[in-house]
Amino acid sequence: MSLIVDISKKLGPFHLQASFETEGEVMGLLGASGCGKSMTLKCIAGMISPDAGHIELDGRVLFDAGKRINLPPQRRRVGYLFQHYALFPNFTVAQNIAAGLRRRDRSSRKAQVDRLLRALYLDGMGDKYPRQLSGGQQQRVALARILASEPEALLLDEPFSALDSYLKWQVELELMELLDHFQGPTVFVTHSRDEVSHFCASVCVLDQGRSQPKEPVNALFDAPATLSACLLSGCKNVSRARPAGGTLVECLDWGITLDCARAVPGGLTHVGIRAHFLRPAAEGESNAIPCRVLRVIDNVFSAVVMLATPGGERGFSRLRVELDKDAWAPLAGRDALWLQVAPKDVLLLQDG
Amino acid sequence: MDWFPLYNSLRIALIATFFTFFLGIAAAYYAAKLPRAVKGVLDVFFTLPLVLPPTVVGFFLLKLMGPKGLVGRWVLSVWSVRLTMTWYASVFAVIVVTFPLMYRTVRGAFEAFDPDLIHAGRTLGRSNTWIFWRVLLPGCRQGLMAGTVLAFARGLGEYGATSMVSGYTPGRTATISTTVYQLWRENNDGLAYRWVAVNLAISFAVLLAINLLEKRAGAGPARGEAALR
Repeated sequence: MSLIVDISKKLGPFHLQASFETEGEVMGLLGASGCGKSMTLKCIAGMISPDAGHIELDGRVLFDAGKRINLPPQRRRVGYLFQHYALFPNFTVAQNIAAGLRRRDRSSRKAQVDRLLRALYLDGMGDKYPRQLSGGQQQRVALARILASEPEALLLDEPFSALDSYLKWQVELELMELLDHFQGPTVFVTHSRDEVSHFCASVCVLDQGRSQPKEPVNALFDAPATLSACLLSGCKNVSRARPAGGTLVECLDWGITLDCARAVPGGLTHVGIRAHFLRPAAEGESNAIPCRVLRVIDNVFSAVVMLATPGGERGFSRLRVELDKDAWAPLAGRDALWLQVAPKDVLLLQDG
Repeated sequence: MDWFPLYNSLRIALIATFFTFFLGIAAAYYAAKLPRAVKGVLDVFFTLPLVLPPTVVGFFLLKLMGPKGLVGRWVLSVWSVRLTMTWYASVFAVIVVTFPLMYRTVRGAFEAFDPDLIHAGRTLGRSNTWIFWRVLLPGCRQGLMAGTVLAFARGLGEYGATSMVSGYTPGRTATISTTVYQLWRENNDGLAYRWVAVNLAISFAVLLAINLLEKRAGAGPARGEAALR
């Protein structure tokens, strides 16, 4: 079970170049809005034709520009979960699910629809219309309809974007359960690092239309390789940087030099520090940064502190630290503060 | 009072609307699939009868369907049937004049239709024909109805092109609008007023129907829920 994608498509000034290969796993396609995530999915499903490249599912060629192969969506056997589910509004729930069934004999159709209704906790809702259901229920109907069509791969386009946040976690759990049972390759499009860490085994970062090499999810969070991957993984503190000899890096935006306790790669352009790896420290300790408090933002269980560094108090020169209420209490009211980062927690990044 | 003009107007408008309905939908559906440049040219061509004076449309039709016209001459020689100055000549005129209304209304409905619903049908393995009849047309039924009513109303009141291709023969080609004109020329104000009243009544009914359709469209979801209980 594998999905191989290597495509390029130009649309005005935008140039999509996506390339990845995934086995029967859930792969995250992570990127900011407008980076081409949905476009990549639409190319795989056959709604958009790439200009060049190759798409292959389980050894079946779905698209090949060189060999002039371009299967219609009907023959690709790729299930697509739309952001707003795209249920047929004039069909009942049962009719929507039946619309996905490929086998035509009537007797087994009803049995299959009933089985899917039960499997997705939709018992008794077969005669309702989509608009009478909650967002989570609509998503389950859409999934039931996709499963009815017996897809060989699943494409999920920001599956939680249409849900209220207080409903989200429950729908997330249900989707996890379902994905556990699905054997084929699954591509999960999102801009949320949380969803990637909840759902995906591997992740491919898409930055301004260009895909970066696929990596395991923990690699993205422990050691993102590029600036865009670092920002997408939720890191708020980044600074332009250059090697300063040995294990030292000079952080240009922060106006300091940090030790990272490992060889600094020559192509280094930026460093990053996650907000929760910055700890209050005493003056003069190793890797300690002298800061001035700019603003404190109170969260429910924590305090977010915005700080000026020796590099300045604007844009990327600022640092953002998140501390538990208890840890912040003794420091509250102070103007100046020293923050320390362990050398291994300094993320070394390259442009891209 | 001779009711022939009412009967004639209604049959012309009904038959013409029947053809306009399918022609307008087909044109809107296939035009949407064409490359942009071709679509632009075709769109101008399809909409032209809406902006041209009806007399110009009538002029073209006469040149085409008259006994010396390309089509008219051929039909006359093969079936010995004259196309102009008959009641059904008006059907052609009304189809041409009402076509842009149907075409543009339906095209607007198609363009406003959620493309993801069509994509969904295709990824589920459903044929384009199935999607067209089961998903697209039901989803656009408000637009289809609006276009049909507009076309019918326009067809019922058509005067310019009709009078040119069918003329005015009482009991054979007279319609309500040509009858009113004729009665005014004959200074027969009494009868003219009666036909004006008939015309007003029909227009009133059509506009009422449009408003009711729009109201029902607005109450759509509630109706569905009520049906379920």
